[in-house]
Amino acid sequence: MSAIISVKDLTKTYDSGFSALKSVSLDINEGEVFALLGPNGAGKTTLISTVCGLVRPTSGSITIGGHNAIKDFRAARQLVGLVPQEMPTSPFEPVLNTVQFTRGLFGLPPKPELIESILKDLTLWDKRDNQIMSLSGGMKRRLLVAKALSHEPKVLFLDEPTAGVDVELRHDMWRLVGQLKDKGVTIILTTHYIEEAEEMADRVGVINKGEIILVEEKAELMRKLGRKELTLILHEKMEAVPDALSAFDLVLGPDGKTLTYTYDTQSERTGITTLLTELSNTGIRFHDLQTKQSSLEDIFVDLVKG
Amino acid sequence: MNFHAIKSIYFFEMARTGRTLMQSIVSPVISTTLYFVVFGAAIGSRISEVDGVSYGAFIVPGLIMLSLMTQSLSNAAFAIYFPRFTGTIYEVLSAPISFLEITIAYVAAAATKSALVGIIIFITATFFVPIEVQHPFWMIVFFTLTSVTFALLGFIIGIWADNFEKLQFVPLLIVTPLAFLGGSFYSINMLPEIWQKVTLLNPVVYLISGFRWSFYGQADVSLALSLAMTFLFLAASVFVIHRIFKTGYKLKP
Repeated sequence: MSAIISVKDLTKTYDSGFSALKSVSLDINEGEVFALLGPNGAGKTTLISTVCGLVRPTSGSITIGGHNAIKDFRAARQLVGLVPQEMPTSPFEPVLNTVQFTRGLFGLPPKPELIESILKDLTLWDKRDNQIMSLSGGMKRRLLVAKALSHEPKVLFLDEPTAGVDVELRHDMWRLVGQLKDKGVTIILTTHYIEEAEEMADRVGVINKGEIILVEEKAELMRKLGRKELTLILHEKMEAVPDALSAFDLVLGPDGKTLTYTYDTQSERTGITTLLTELSNTGIRFHDLQTKQSSLEDIFVDLVKG
Repeated sequence: MNFHAIKSIYFFEMARTGRTLMQSIVSPVISTTLYFVVFGAAIGSRISEVDGVSYGAFIVPGLIMLSLMTQSLSNAAFAIYFPRFTGTIYEVLSAPISFLEITIAYVAAAATKSALVGIIIFITATFFVPIEVQHPFWMIVFFTLTSVTFALLGFIIGIWADNFEKLQFVPLLIVTPLAFLGGSFYSINMLPEIWQKVTLLNPVVYLISGFRWSFYGQADVSLALSLAMTFLFLAASVFVIHRIFKTGYKLKP
């Protein structure tokens, strides 16, 4: 697969001296869905903004569809649609105007049938004459997607498309990404949520403190990161883990009243049934249990340390 | 050149004027009419002719210039500040459109709007006082240069300002006083000698003087000087905008 976006040794140091990107290199393949994961302030938005021309790189190079993003910015930007994380809209503009406006900015003649079909797909057609300020948050986000699609981009950036949206809209967004991928659009999305990457992405990149610390096929990453902890709250205090349970690598809590078992959600057998049977056999009783998935933050700590 | 983009921004801005017709067009007409009533009819009736022109007619070019300057400035400043404020500027900055094209579009829209206001004021004035235009070509030259130059200046202010107070600061506290003191309502010959000298430091004097000359053939300073100064402001504004775009100042970190 050929790279539609190629970022090489990209650095960005803001005037304040803050290094948001430290020599980032990344290739995005044509037609893939790439999820960029990272905690707040990791550099996700700076990376996207630099590729889209909103932030000036300090050094390094960016090519989009083979065009240098600075020297040949017209050809490069022509290929790109951007849905920003914040929802910037001009409150007083009617919906249809603002979508047509975006298409015009990309130097394209009006194409009413395309705009109509985009707005219908995003269930905004009925709202086309409404002022943007009358739209709900979910509609505004869909409007931003409509604007980004109005010039038929080959690459679509979705910066945290599901931050702070309800479940239904989140699923709509996932469906939309699937449809666009089927049409051959390359999609780069940023997110905090592993679940989201899991649902949509072909490949996942993890960025932290301005550095790409990992780029991996999703399946591989999920296998590595899909650990979960099962904690049992014991009925009676325990001094040590019985030998009969040593195969499970259990960790006894400091107060002796909890046992924690770590397992891999992606593997065929998690070992939970066996563990519970063994506990029952050895007469260990518990009155509550809880499971906890490693959060993205935990994973970052692991990745950074590792 | 991305003409579609320039056209899009231009008509987007003009459509905004259409929706705010009261504020954009009606209010300057009303305020100008008030000037005529107060200065022309009430006070002006007690002032003899200025340089052979009735006072009411004398103030017309100054009034048009006053509106042209303040309107160009505030239109352009607001046009670029508002998308920065709401954040929608991202789509202009990430589109395949150069800074030059962005400037042309916003400045042309702001200049068009202020020119419309200027034309309306001119027409309104003809209902109150007899007006003659001795040098129509030069009138159009000064009219156009002033609206474009102040739109450029407004564009700079709109980029520089990072709150609404700053946005209002330059138009209200600098340009309006300079415009009033620049001979909108009087000939600088009417001032004491020392103030005649001081007034020459006011750039607006040259614009108003040149514009008034195109109406009545009289000027406080020579036509050549007026023209030279107008072009100087234009060049200075273009230079500053060029620097802004070179450095990405407040637009692209």
